[in-house]
Amino acid sequence: MSIVPGTYGGNRPDWPGRLFIVEGIDGSGKSTQLTLLSQWLRSEGYPVVFSEWNSSPIVRETTRHGKKKKLLTPLTFSLIHATDFHDRVEREIIPFLKGGAIVLADRYVYTAFARDVARGVDPRWVRSLYRFAVVPTRAFYFRTPLEVALKRILSGRPKLKHYEAGMDLNLHVDVQQSYRMFQARILQEYEHIVDEYDLTVMDATRAIETQQRQLRKAIKPHLVGLRRELEEAGRD
Amino acid sequence: MTEEVLSRRFESYGEGVPNLDPTDLTGWLIVVEGTDGVGRTTHVDHLREVLEREGYAVAETGLSRSDLAAEGIKLAKEGNTLGSNAYNLFYATDFADRLERQILPALRAGFVMLTDRYTYSLIARAIVRGADPDWIKSVYSFALKPDAVYYLRIQVPDLVPRVIMNGGFDYWESGMDLPMGQDLFDSFVNYQTRVIEELDTLAGEYAFETLDATRPVEETAHDLAERVLELLRKRAHTDEAGSTGG
Repeated sequence: MSIVPGTYGGNRPDWPGRLFIVEGIDGSGKSTQLTLLSQWLRSEGYPVVFSEWNSSPIVRETTRHGKKKKLLTPLTFSLIHATDFHDRVEREIIPFLKGGAIVLADRYVYTAFARDVARGVDPRWVRSLYRFAVVPTRAFYFRTPLEVALKRILSGRPKLKHYEAGMDLNLHVDVQQSYRMFQARILQEYEHIVDEYDLTVMDATRAIETQQRQLRKAIKPHLVGLRRELEEAGRD
Repeated sequence: MTEEVLSRRFESYGEGVPNLDPTDLTGWLIVVEGTDGVGRTTHVDHLREVLEREGYAVAETGLSRSDLAAEGIKLAKEGNTLGSNAYNLFYATDFADRLERQILPALRAGFVMLTDRYTYSLIARAIVRGADPDWIKSVYSFALKPDAVYYLRIQVPDLVPRVIMNGGFDYWESGMDLPMGQDLFDSFVNYQTRVIEELDTLAGEYAFETLDATRPVEETAHDLAERVLELLRKRAHTDEAGSTGG
């Protein structure tokens, strides 16, 4: 028998909360944008929860162990991150969406789709792995030219980590070269994903405040009917 | 010609392990399946002895024995804090690590890889805990199809005395994380009934060879060893026929 996998994109539950996510390669500035968004939403009195990729305490130890000892292959890299993701969704995202909060996620399933496929994992298999993940209210992709992102990252950070640089793929013996080649592959995957899942594209080369203004404008219509905690707002 | 015969031996259920070249896998992948407490470990030990006596090199693996995830799974179980899908994927991570770093190297080296439970028990347990059957099967679709799966089948009334004699009812093997009954015994009965039902379904779907494990241990062990030896001899003939023909 041969197994044909199902796919991500069908789970759109009718919960009162909202889920906004940002995606993009390293150095795209997405985390900065999400932090600014979060501050604004809080000041407006909305209950906001922040969820980061790779944050489940139990699974984190295993991921760390696998990275440190270089045990991870494309397959196990994909699976351990999927384990972490599901734990994080079950603990940090679903209860808050049910409770009517705004959940902001820095990276979501699309990171796995881009990164794992860049490592050689089958695109259909990884989309099936995440098929029960809740589809976000809106997903933003911070599009950055490779050279711009590389400059931001490589100028600021002294040492790239093994898996981060895609050194497990033997693309290049030089860490920086490997990182460039790996990021280029990821960027290519993101471009497919943008069309496939209709991500909202943000021009990440523009001024930070310009991007933030656009982001807030795009999110505003989705806030209609959402409950605010005015007391929280008053405290600011 | 030999290589041609061998190269056709292993395939995956779906999209396989990334970057895998299955043509150099010359060993045998033998799976022993069956529910908790049925006596798999005893049978695997016995089988190993028999095979080594016959001159086969044997390697072994079983659930949660990976370098990568065994420790993490143990910690997660102690705290019982992971959600069910995260658990399922943690076990899948453990399996994938063992497949790539234990099973494939052994098969490349021409060993008989004895596997004390494979993906099937993991699939059965996940389904009993509420996972979508199609989903969990597609998660494990990277697994190699084994040469044979021997299913040690038992029913709950025959299982209970064995479990009691071997130290009693384990928390997880009784499905107490769900739980499925008012006390350990009730939950054990209900949980194992469901697991066996799922294994029975998978037995049809994945063409297991079913053995009646309610027989005395020596009898089942003898039956199992005979079947495995017959399979290995048949395969050896194919290889020889292949090499003389080429």
